[in-house]
Amino acid sequence: MSFETCKDVWVLIECFRGQPKNVGLELLGQGRKLAESLQQELCAVIIAKDVDEAVKASGLYGADKVYVVKGEEYENYSADAYGYAFLELCRKYQPNTILVGATVNGRDLGSKIAVSLRTGLTADCTALSVDEKTGDVVWERPAFGGNLYAQILCSETRPQMGTCRPGAFKKPEPVPDNRPKLIYEDIKTPAAAIRTRVIEFIEACEDNDIRIDEAEVIVSGGRAMKSGENFVLLKELADVLGGTVGCSRAAVDAGWMPQSKQVGQTGSTVSPKLYVACGISGAVQHVAGMSESDTIVAINKDETAPIFEVADYCIVGDLFEIIPALTKELRARNQS
Amino acid sequence: MNIVVCIKQVPDTTEIKIDPIKNTLIRTGVPSIMNPFDKNALETGLQLKDNYGGKVTVISMGPAQAQAVLREALSMGADKAYLVTDRAFGGSDTYATSYILSQAIKKLGPFDVILGGKQAIDGDTGQTAPSIAEHLNAVRLTHILDVKVSGDKIIARRQVEEGTEVIETSLPVLCTATKESNKPRYATIKRKIASLKAEISIITLADLPHADTTKMGLKGSPTKVRKTFTPQRTANGVTIEGSSPAEIAETLLNKLVEAKIL
Amino acid sequence: MVNNMSLLYTEEQKELLALVREMAEHEIKPFVQSADEKGECPKELFKWGFDMGLHMLEIPEEYGGAGLSYETTAMIFEELAKVDAGYAISFVTTFVALRNVILAGSKEQGRYFAEKIAPGGFAAFALTEPNAGSDPAAMRATAVSDGDEYILNGTKTFITNGALSDVFVGFFKTDPATGHRGISAFIVDADAPGVTVGAHENKMGLRLSNTTDLIFDNVRVNASAMVGPAGSGFKLALNALNLSRAFVATMAVGIMQRALDESVKYAKERKQFNTPIIKFQMVQQMLADMAIKTEASRCLVNNTMKMMDRGSLVQKEGAICKTFVSDCAQEVTSNAVQIFGGYGYSKEYPVEKLMRDCKVFQIFEGTNQIQRMTIANVLDREYS
Repeated sequence: MSFETCKDVWVLIECFRGQPKNVGLELLGQGRKLAESLQQELCAVIIAKDVDEAVKASGLYGADKVYVVKGEEYENYSADAYGYAFLELCRKYQPNTILVGATVNGRDLGSKIAVSLRTGLTADCTALSVDEKTGDVVWERPAFGGNLYAQILCSETRPQMGTCRPGAFKKPEPVPDNRPKLIYEDIKTPAAAIRTRVIEFIEACEDNDIRIDEAEVIVSGGRAMKSGENFVLLKELADVLGGTVGCSRAAVDAGWMPQSKQVGQTGSTVSPKLYVACGISGAVQHVAGMSESDTIVAINKDETAPIFEVADYCIVGDLFEIIPALTKELRARNQS
Repeated sequence: MNIVVCIKQVPDTTEIKIDPIKNTLIRTGVPSIMNPFDKNALETGLQLKDNYGGKVTVISMGPAQAQAVLREALSMGADKAYLVTDRAFGGSDTYATSYILSQAIKKLGPFDVILGGKQAIDGDTGQTAPSIAEHLNAVRLTHILDVKVSGDKIIARRQVEEGTEVIETSLPVLCTATKESNKPRYATIKRKIASLKAEISIITLADLPHADTTKMGLKGSPTKVRKTFTPQRTANGVTIEGSSPAEIAETLLNKLVEAKIL
Repeated sequence: MVNNMSLLYTEEQKELLALVREMAEHEIKPFVQSADEKGECPKELFKWGFDMGLHMLEIPEEYGGAGLSYETTAMIFEELAKVDAGYAISFVTTFVALRNVILAGSKEQGRYFAEKIAPGGFAAFALTEPNAGSDPAAMRATAVSDGDEYILNGTKTFITNGALSDVFVGFFKTDPATGHRGISAFIVDADAPGVTVGAHENKMGLRLSNTTDLIFDNVRVNASAMVGPAGSGFKLALNALNLSRAFVATMAVGIMQRALDESVKYAKERKQFNTPIIKFQMVQQMLADMAIKTEASRCLVNNTMKMMDRGSLVQKEGAICKTFVSDCAQEVTSNAVQIFGGYGYSKEYPVEKLMRDCKVFQIFEGTNQIQRMTIANVLDREYS
């Protein structure tokens, strides 16, 4: 695979139970940007058992081409099966650039493809651009827990690959009359090549709660919450806003909240419409997980707390007074 | 069971500060620690040894000072430690690093289980351990909560965004651990003392005669850093004030409605 | 993290202290306040100490211990006492009891006792009685010979680890007529028929430490359970006290250091008249005196431990150490509360507990009055 033969920007449309995940669709937006700079085409790649919804969405969000590999063996993600199929596609169609969502499976698959093709993979990118002179994608990503950002290049090999954070980019505007070229590839991964088998899937038990990586509104608590019981105050505000509760690492370490609720470098990355940070100091590792939120409201007693550097609305005050006041005011407005 | 755990010494990124004038990281005075997720991986390995018998080997690719984390691993119960170090390895990205580690593992193996943390808190890529699996053509299972032996099969629970997968596979296998995998044990006083005197074996390029040097170091790294910078924080938030919590709440909500956020 | 660097710690000591500190801060500290309120330490908390090996630090390796010096062991217990001295003393009492059995008893007895403790068991030292505190020779507990057994009867009081122990070293009069020369020491299993644990003492401080009465009602032990020859019990007890005195002092140093740490932190944050109170001279004087006493105490403990490592009996030195350090701790913790002002008096803040915890250090292991008599008597002998 050489610089001359490799063309097009590929975006993996990762699916769960027949539905395309948002991250793939978000990346179609970025993919379009890169494709334009490179003057190449934007292609969606779908590997799944049920592909129809993903095919539809790929067209709606602007793909020029859609490569589809459909099969029973792709019902559940496995590095062996998805890797086999993806590599077959790569060898046949030779992409220039590959974007994959930095989900657990996406990162898994990304590293498999990159090593197999002996090419460069940049992880967890938050910004993408193209060096027009060289045709290198400039992959921008955080390191050191978000304390440092790096721009990475894959200048000697193709395809150049990157995994990108879910929520780091917004879904592009739909293009309802877009009719992409559909290419169905009959790639069957031999059973002997698939060395793992999913024997059970236990859905995350969220008690009707919304997952923080999908929530539109997050009310998040930190060390200043003082106890697990106090998080009830945040839940009340979250409920009235139609959102969910999150937390910083301090709250998880103290045993107040489960790790599934942690926002930050070693927790989840979120980008809701509204993020309310209550009693969170704003350590870099936490901010790295929520800085892409559309609007950030911060409430903290300490006026020098770093969270105020990233917040859009800053309240220096006692969260135990402000949060109930907000909840009360919202309830009153909802009624009228 | 023959178990190997890849561990990395990293700066404690919670202690890192930024030089406000030069806009660079201040690394002096920042303590070096074992990458927390690698500690989880080591605990997974030690639990496998507790349950099924065997030996836990730890390896780390890094400069001489990385011996500190190897010793820490010994103090927790690992049996043997190796430092993989050579000037030729310097400047390696995740491809090259994973290749070098895979060659060291090949030399020391065969292993039933290879373990690593889900990501290093300095690089944050999460690519190295899975890439090792690829170089070795091993079954790779990322984000594993636990691993059990069931007859001649392995049952592992894997954590993904939507829930938990229960996966069946066979040895050999490479697994990456997360914070939720376990709570790493403390060292014991006796093991701590022994670890300070223990011998750490060194593996250099010369010890890997069959390895492909074109896959090592800066030259063997498909990705290169073009530039680094510290994120600019511009404090341009609006301060909401008021004489009472109720007033502050009202002011904030008015603004949010005005900005069409609510 | 402020580290007290007044002692010339070796690399090994630094590593061990860092390990113990990490465990104590993460696993024990969060529960201390509520355990102190309840007057009971949850059993799970002790597991961390046992797993790490804190119950057999100084015990020789042949008995399953880590074989550390008294000096290093003392440093570790100071570190532990910063988090809670009651927690620490549970382990100190245990290893001192075992130590004494090893020193005064046979190899079999040492092994037997060690095997009870090694997997994670506590031991107690059953000496004190309601009428025999400073004057142990006044004890009324008896051991009556019956064939190849002894029958033990008596009530012991203020016994640390009373309800937690798997095994005790108990002191009984084999010859009631002859004062302290009639006391003998016995190894007694906690589950021996006739052994009852009395009510838990509701104490002013060291509330994580379990303190109870022990009642022996016709408890039968084999004659081989006697440690040392008959009548040597008093000497064994005194030797044990020699050992434990300096360890008691090291825990008091831990309490003082904690008091100092909390006070300095508070004094830097607390503002009155628009100034952090650490800038006020009278607060500075208190903090300086606290630091002086803590440092001096630590060095004294360290030197006494070094003498013990060299085989010295430290009868005078141990008494000096324990007396000086426990008296210092009174002032230091009282000043800590003073610096915190009204907040210091509240249970929400950590310093009033330190003041409550350290009072008993002037009382147990030989009251400071007895210690002074011991010192004076030794001086009398030394100068003749």
